[in-house]
Amino acid sequence: MQLTDTVAGPGPGGVAPGDPAGTGPRAGGRRGARRPGGSAVLGGLGVVGFALTWEVVAWAQVVDPAYLPRFTTTAARLVTELGEPRFWSALGDTVVTWGVGLAIAVVAALVAGAVIGLVPFLRRATRSTVEFLRPIPSVAIIPLAVLVAGLSREAALVIVVYAPFWQVFIQVLYGIGDVDTVADDTARSFGLGRLQRLRHVVLPTALPYVITGFRLAASIALVLTITAELVIGNPGIGRQIDVYRSAPDAPGLYALVLVTGGLGLLVNLVTRLVERRVLHWHPSVRREAAA
Amino acid sequence: MSTVRRSLTSVGYAAGLPVLLVLAWALATRGTANLYYPAPSRVLDAFVSTWLAPATLTRDVLPSLGRFGIGVLLAITIGVVAGTAIGATPWLRALLEPMLEFFRAIPPVVLVPVLMLLLGIDDTMRLAVIVSGSVWPVLLNTIEGVRGTDPVLTDTSRSYRVRGALAYRYVVLPAASPQIMAGVRLCLSIGLILMVISEMFAASAGLGYQIVYFQRQYMIPEMWAGILLLGLIGVAVAAVFQLVERRVLHWYHGSREVARA
Amino acid sequence: MPENTPLLSVRDLSKTYQAASGPVEAIGSITFDVRPGELVCIVGPSGCGKTTLLKCLAGLLAPTSGSVTLDGAEVREPPKKMALVFQEYGRSLYPWLTVRDNVALPLKARGVPKAERQALVERAVEEVGLGHAMTTYPWQLSGGMQQRVAIARAVAYQPEILVMDEPFAAVDAQTRADLEDLVRRVWKDLGVTVLFVTHDIDESVYLGERVLVLSSSPTFVQEDLTVDLPAERDQLTTRALPRFTELRTHVYEQIQRAKRGEAVAATP
Repeated sequence: MQLTDTVAGPGPGGVAPGDPAGTGPRAGGRRGARRPGGSAVLGGLGVVGFALTWEVVAWAQVVDPAYLPRFTTTAARLVTELGEPRFWSALGDTVVTWGVGLAIAVVAALVAGAVIGLVPFLRRATRSTVEFLRPIPSVAIIPLAVLVAGLSREAALVIVVYAPFWQVFIQVLYGIGDVDTVADDTARSFGLGRLQRLRHVVLPTALPYVITGFRLAASIALVLTITAELVIGNPGIGRQIDVYRSAPDAPGLYALVLVTGGLGLLVNLVTRLVERRVLHWHPSVRREAAA
Repeated sequence: MSTVRRSLTSVGYAAGLPVLLVLAWALATRGTANLYYPAPSRVLDAFVSTWLAPATLTRDVLPSLGRFGIGVLLAITIGVVAGTAIGATPWLRALLEPMLEFFRAIPPVVLVPVLMLLLGIDDTMRLAVIVSGSVWPVLLNTIEGVRGTDPVLTDTSRSYRVRGALAYRYVVLPAASPQIMAGVRLCLSIGLILMVISEMFAASAGLGYQIVYFQRQYMIPEMWAGILLLGLIGVAVAAVFQLVERRVLHWYHGSREVARA
Repeated sequence: MPENTPLLSVRDLSKTYQAASGPVEAIGSITFDVRPGELVCIVGPSGCGKTTLLKCLAGLLAPTSGSVTLDGAEVREPPKKMALVFQEYGRSLYPWLTVRDNVALPLKARGVPKAERQALVERAVEEVGLGHAMTTYPWQLSGGMQQRVAIARAVAYQPEILVMDEPFAAVDAQTRADLEDLVRRVWKDLGVTVLFVTHDIDESVYLGERVLVLSSSPTFVQEDLTVDLPAERDQLTTRALPRFTELRTHVYEQIQRAKRGEAVAATP
């Protein structure tokens, strides 16, 4: 039941695993009559149609070509860009900032979430503070981060960590809160100790939520990494985009925007794969099949 | 007696930690004159004297909020209308889905430089940034929600010849509303971020501009007060959303609770 | 009652699905008539395409060949004169509408003026014994009560034919008995024609004036049986009649034969 939720349940506003609220479509619609072959062809047509429309609009010079280069120009530029060491070092910087930020956020959220989630007193005492801190837009702290850490990766990390931390933290709380009291009581009546209950009751219940939190956090962290680079100016794809904007070098700008989209898709795809992998062997997946 | 006690306890739980944190902050900054971390009282002073001053309110805060409001309303409208059309038309959905997924994967903020180039730097561009960045979650969730309508409900509506505008009003949109609201939630937080970011680039007024300005001028309490204001706006938006969501989806939450019991 | 002009007429109806593994013949060839005012039960082994047949009758699914005629007009889309009650009551009621609005929506779609609509809704909801639950939501009601709402919606629609697809398959035995009597009462009170699909042999004999036994897939009508039980039926006395037992044994044997695939078409 829980696993096919489409909307955050009541309470802390967590997202049930499998929730499409954050990203892509649910795997497999209820109507089984879809032919994947046909829709792949149509989807390909859609992509080609988009490129063609872009080409024609640019060719007709609806907008000044200095501002809107043709699709083919942009694609050619993308290819040259891929041959430049500058591009790869920027991409490397972005990936490192993203990875480090995500790792810090996930670890911190797991520790804080587990401690606060397992102790009812802490859970109750922190609720109002969490509800206040969570909706603060992460970009609001950019000036503060710049002030404290300068125009550096450290400043960027403050922003990259902030929002994904809450995403995972809330999921941990939600997952622990979802532990079936009957299952827990049963385990207790069989004389399982605290640690054993944690291992056999709490962890299996919370894991799907945590993995979903991780997936959403990975996408958010990428968005914030590039945002930070663009606004703060620490090295990475985001800064390169701003450089091309002020040049102005429109083909370069559009090529890099396409790169960020591709990067976003890649992160989506990989985390989705990880999610499926991890939850595949997991006993709690049975509930999804049953729902 | 016991209800009084219970409500006192819950007030204690809600206020306890925030009060402690502010106290700790006040104590830590007492006596020292740390440039970066001003005392809470100074931040509060700055909050009242700068951000609540009529000039700042009318020049920076309200126009920003206005752009945010118009932007997200446009995004929600476009997202729901287009999403309903695409979701109800299988071939259109198959045609557009890969492109839409790609657009959604683009970090919304990189649209700022693109739109600056295309539209120049003005309010239209800032509005376009908000709309073009925050429309995707609503659009894609609406498509998904409309597509996922229970086939039994669809058959029921068809067999009773409920169609056209009536079907959209009473069947299609309510059925998709849980998904749509989840998209709206994301749309609001992205919209707020984009409102700030669009003003951090080459602007001369606005909330985001002012905060960055204070930071560059080393007016630290004022900058902190600006962050506090943004935080409050974020919390207020989340609270309003929650209220609306409870109303719109009361049937959904109710039926979920029954199913869970 | 004009005996020889059928209200619903099904002629050589067949339906073949295109599956990934090739065409699947869900319905071989079905032919039958329903006369005005009849209460006909359709019973058949599970997987014999009852739901497919119903969807074709209701204009929700286009048959591969053959035709469905309702009151002289061929069914190509959901007809105005037909109301449907689905098996999945929990999914066929709109959870965001109250009982009143659930029943009223089809009437609104038909353009019935507000005052008349209200009167129809109230009468129908009273008829199924839910007058007290007008403003509740379907999910606040038990399964049996939800199915009553679905029946009220069908009744308020004032159809000439009421088509029910295994409506009581998912409710408990006691509720089911009550709902069966409700269907008999509605049929008698309103003079509406009822086509009732079920997989329950006892139910088909208890409810029906006529029972159509379907073969297993590819489906045809294996037997068209007239139920010569008294018009006044009662859960205790009717089910205790020797004739009831004979009829249900007969239908049971037919179904068993259908399952084994031994059957010979009753109508060539």
